[in-house]
Amino acid sequence: MPHRPNLNYLYDGSFEGLLCCVFESYQRDEIPADILPPDSSQLSFLPGREIGTDPERARRVLRSIPEKMGQDALGLVKYAFLTCLAQKELHILLFLRRGYQCGPSICRRLTDDAVYPVQKAVQHLTREAHLLKGFIRFSAYGNLLAAEIGPENFVLPLLTEHFCRRFPEERFLIHDTAHEMALLYCPHKAAILGTEGLTMPLPDREEQDFRELWRTYYNTIEVPGRHNPKCRMSHMPKRYWAYMTELGREEKETGRLSAPTSAAFSLEEKR
Amino acid sequence: MDLFEKLRILTDAAKFDVACTSSGVEKTAAPGGIGSAASCGICHTFAADGRCVSLLKVLLTNSCVYDCKYCVNRRSNDTPRAVFTPRELAELTIQFYRRNYIEGLFLSSGVYRNPDYTCEQMIEVLRTLREEYRFSGYIHAKAIPGADPRLIDRLGCLADRMSINIELPSRESLRLLAPDKSRQSIFAPMGQIRDRIQDNSTELVRYRGAPRFAPAGQSTQMIVGATPDTDYQILKLTEGLYRKYSLKRVFFSAYIPMASHELLPAAGTKPPLLREHRLYQADWLLRYYQFSAGELLDEEHQTFNPFVDPKCNWALNHMELFPVEVNRAAYETLLRVPGIGVTGAKRILRARRQSRLDFVGLKRLGVVLKRAQYFVTCDGKRLEGLKITQDSALRALMSDRELELYQGSRRLFQAPEQLSLFGDRNPTQEDLQKCLTGQI
Repeated sequence: MPHRPNLNYLYDGSFEGLLCCVFESYQRDEIPADILPPDSSQLSFLPGREIGTDPERARRVLRSIPEKMGQDALGLVKYAFLTCLAQKELHILLFLRRGYQCGPSICRRLTDDAVYPVQKAVQHLTREAHLLKGFIRFSAYGNLLAAEIGPENFVLPLLTEHFCRRFPEERFLIHDTAHEMALLYCPHKAAILGTEGLTMPLPDREEQDFRELWRTYYNTIEVPGRHNPKCRMSHMPKRYWAYMTELGREEKETGRLSAPTSAAFSLEEKR
Repeated sequence: MDLFEKLRILTDAAKFDVACTSSGVEKTAAPGGIGSAASCGICHTFAADGRCVSLLKVLLTNSCVYDCKYCVNRRSNDTPRAVFTPRELAELTIQFYRRNYIEGLFLSSGVYRNPDYTCEQMIEVLRTLREEYRFSGYIHAKAIPGADPRLIDRLGCLADRMSINIELPSRESLRLLAPDKSRQSIFAPMGQIRDRIQDNSTELVRYRGAPRFAPAGQSTQMIVGATPDTDYQILKLTEGLYRKYSLKRVFFSAYIPMASHELLPAAGTKPPLLREHRLYQADWLLRYYQFSAGELLDEEHQTFNPFVDPKCNWALNHMELFPVEVNRAAYETLLRVPGIGVTGAKRILRARRQSRLDFVGLKRLGVVLKRAQYFVTCDGKRLEGLKITQDSALRALMSDRELELYQGSRRLFQAPEQLSLFGDRNPTQEDLQKCLTGQI
């Protein structure tokens, strides 16, 4: 049995960094109390140990995962790293340790204590990504399409392929305000980049017209005799509404979209 | 008339078409084009009635030469009429699509001048989208009964899904309420589309570049509650449609009185939403749970139990088949347990290859124990502390709304409150059966 010292691992927040923590955990035969990224808001009284990110170590761990427990397990771990699961790093470590122990069957052990939380968190991530494929609303600014989202999980990597396949000839941007990252696409290249202080410009006349047309459509399509707001809410949780043209966006428009900062909105700069 | 007003009128006229799904086909934008489709379908928003909005669902025109009694667009109805030009509608679709408001277009139409002309206009919209805008997004097109088969064929080559509404579940109802339509004019194109889809699958094997005909299949819709047809008749018809016409979906639409007519329910009659809900539940059982219509209803029981869902109702009437041992039962058997769905059953199969399942594990697999607890064992054991009392069983097997309905109806019939006490002894199958079926 590995021992469980009272200390935290501190890593640089990258996936490679986390893989190095896995390496460390095996090298010392120990399981830390927690694994924390640099900007962690979590207060801890335990001492921390800095785990440096060594590309060679990261590569060794990365290679071992599909070898020992299959490609599916690696996919699951990569997705788990994008989730908003509390202590996701520690959960990933425990999942991998269990995986090295039992091999490819890890992905079938849905009821296992080490697997269940990871599976569940990934389910939440993929579900949120699926919902957003529908709920994202672009606005056209000239020949650029731009959208804002505020998801709980870091879904941009899961949205990339979908929107690139859908709009191969468009230039578009999806701004994740919660994680301050954006997916940028120009035919035919995509990138996910950090954004700070990015705000959307005001919509022009044509854009406002299409928004208004869409609202007209949305308000007309309801069958009055079947009004059922509860059902709507369960399919479309309220926290997505703020970014949707037909529900809530109008009220916030002046507040959210008022002052377009000059430096903010330039695709060229970001690239 | 401006675009806003047109959109309002033609949406308003189209909203009673239920289908708004975008599932059944996987596509990627063609080079230089726009649009893709996901086989699982994507909902883009939900209207305030809780229904998914995935497509821009409009009529090309709400002018109609027919006079179907149940329909808002009937000739004799005094309502504003509008027509989209094909280009106008194509442009609107693309602009909505670019903004990710929609997954594609659902195009239907009133019969303008004659069926052929209407069909030609619809083809023009689809052609503009597909050829000029190089649009690969989802298109659902309604076949117009009575149109030339060659036009239906052309429409199907441009659309992803085709549908023809049966509207009324029986010949008699159709004769009374839709005198301009005949059963023949509905089923002939339906058969044609089925045959074309089948031919197309062999064509595609032979020539990779063969044009695809309605790759997402065909669907239909019928109105529930406008005519005296029973649930059993409707479900039998549905089953027949799946078997005979290989339909992808049959949709039901609870009738909302729009017109006053001596043959129709009076205005102000509430739409039979619960009945519609039960039909959808049963429809799911037919398509994914390997049930047949005859198992759910029969000549003696032509109406669904309003208090419990059809699957639970079936289980309660077949208590001799339960409890089921989750560590051994076949997939088909697991599917029949209330509280276990398709995903749950598949997960059980996967997980039990690795380790024996207990009740905590079942919960983690997404099984609704509240319901399933009465019908399963884990390693031969019942859920610990499971007490079967009338009250708890009713609470577990009914939703809050159903329970309210049930208690309301009991008050109505002044059935005396019955107390059934099992004490601490383990309940037997008979107890459970008595306690559930006896009361329901």
